[in-house]
Amino acid sequence: MKACGHVFKYGDNVDTDVIIPARHLATTDAAGLAKHCMEDIDADFVKKVSPGDIIVARKNFGCGSSREHAPMAIKASGISCVIAETFARIFYRNAINIGLPIIECKEASEGIDAGDEVEIDFDSGMIYNKTKGTSFKGQAFPPFMQELIQAGGLINYMNQQS
Amino acid sequence: MGMTMSQKILAHAAGLERVAAGDLIMANLDMVLANDITGPVSIKEMDKFTKKGVFDKNKIALVPDHFSPNKDIQSAQNCKCMREFACSNKITHFYEVGQMGIEHALLPEKGIVTAGDTVIGADSHTCTYGALGAFSTGVGSTDAAVGMAYGKAWFKVPSALKFVLTGKPAPWISGKDIILHIIGMIGVDGALYKSMEFTGDGIAWLSMDDRFTIANMAIEAGGKNGIFPVDEKTIAYIEAHMSPEKKDAFEKTGQKPYRIFEADADAEYDETYVIDLSTLKPTVSFPHLPENTHTIDQVGDIKIDQVVIGSCTNGRLEDLKIAAEVLKGRKVADGLRVIIIPATQQVYLDAMEAGYIKTFIEAGAIVSTPTCGPCLGGYMGILAEHERCVSTTNRNFVGRMGHVTSEIYLASPAVAAASAVTGKISGPAELGL
Repeated sequence: MKACGHVFKYGDNVDTDVIIPARHLATTDAAGLAKHCMEDIDADFVKKVSPGDIIVARKNFGCGSSREHAPMAIKASGISCVIAETFARIFYRNAINIGLPIIECKEASEGIDAGDEVEIDFDSGMIYNKTKGTSFKGQAFPPFMQELIQAGGLINYMNQQS
Repeated sequence: MGMTMSQKILAHAAGLERVAAGDLIMANLDMVLANDITGPVSIKEMDKFTKKGVFDKNKIALVPDHFSPNKDIQSAQNCKCMREFACSNKITHFYEVGQMGIEHALLPEKGIVTAGDTVIGADSHTCTYGALGAFSTGVGSTDAAVGMAYGKAWFKVPSALKFVLTGKPAPWISGKDIILHIIGMIGVDGALYKSMEFTGDGIAWLSMDDRFTIANMAIEAGGKNGIFPVDEKTIAYIEAHMSPEKKDAFEKTGQKPYRIFEADADAEYDETYVIDLSTLKPTVSFPHLPENTHTIDQVGDIKIDQVVIGSCTNGRLEDLKIAAEVLKGRKVADGLRVIIIPATQQVYLDAMEAGYIKTFIEAGAIVSTPTCGPCLGGYMGILAEHERCVSTTNRNFVGRMGHVTSEIYLASPAVAAASAVTGKISGPAELGL
């Protein structure tokens, strides 16, 4: 599986309140949430994002609230993958559970800038920065999490197990 | 190599002799929690399971506390969804408005979480129950859905940071100052993926309400859980707050309403921090991260528009007692709004009987029914452009309590109440207390 798109770049500690502010949390519908994705950190995000685009951030992406609405909004906005140096642990779980691809990679988080065109090969974990002609290797998931991802998320996995 | 306290509980929950940091385990759950924001998403997800129904109607808690009493039509729909789910699945611990309180104050008070339990909640502050000696952590709606259907959750066994608390805190220094100090020291991702295990002789000076506040904000350092050893205060609290089922079992069979786990003497920690509580000063986190801490003597002259005293962090009886001691016989500063939110109906009632509510109203504050409300910018105290709030809540992220340019300063109930009187960020010392 591959993803390819242009990059939206953010810094450290992007919290779930700016990914999807609480004033929109009465909504449980992913498409409705996507209309407000990243609203309090990047008001132009929704206008500019195209299917396949990629978010690259630095440390502790998705910190704060456990709201699954955050990865739901990102996924429904068309983002194909989030790359960060580290993820906050609840966001990490939620992303895997709902099937939003995420990759931890310090070098990519440092070596990719806003607007760069990036291609990701999920099978090999390789990240190619086509604009700069550089490449990075993302951290592999442990086997159990790969099973979860291959099953299409936690619910499908549990259905298969029982 | 021995196990940490968190690892021991997880090993027990997974039915294993031992576990080590990094192991992936499937644990049996003693309680699964969801609220009116995360619960409806979980309930929708549960329709996708081939297995129907819930694993145990007594081990699920559903608490409509965030946007409830319903702030708008969509919130009302979400609460209705939870109510119908609770009714059709005969959920024992569904708390309707009238019984409802802020979930992390309510569950310990109702005695449905206890020492030795493994708990997940679709709310990041589920780590609060570590104060009781439980392994307790926040998850998202899908994990909660799996928890409600199967009674299980997968965990990567965490390594741990050890915080040795020594000495006696000075007057007006509470759990909030201690945890803000720690977050300032290690940063908002300082405990990422890890347990925060609190220990040391200083713990004896901390009330249960102090410990709830400290464990509650483990997530603000990125922690997976925060946990305290079980001592006489913990046991006294648990025995005074037994659920009817636990009380019944205790009276009939003598079954203790808790299970004590202790860290092994040779447990390994990634880091050990020693904190002398007697040296701590009132501490304030500046916008827009809880790690931006300043002691009260470094704050300077910062005028404010609003004060909030409440939340799962600081809405318990002792928090209101401290606020009342500061506000007694004093007035809220001109032009300031002060919103006080008892965390549960019981806290509200106890505060009323103790005279705190009268003190608040006479001072010029308002007192709200229990709700998370303003903490997450839901309702009941939203900030306008460039407004500043001193709040006893847990997050001061951009836009958290309202407009994207508004500012939140996190502080203890003592600092919040003193600031309510002066109209700027102040400690009780400024009032001669």
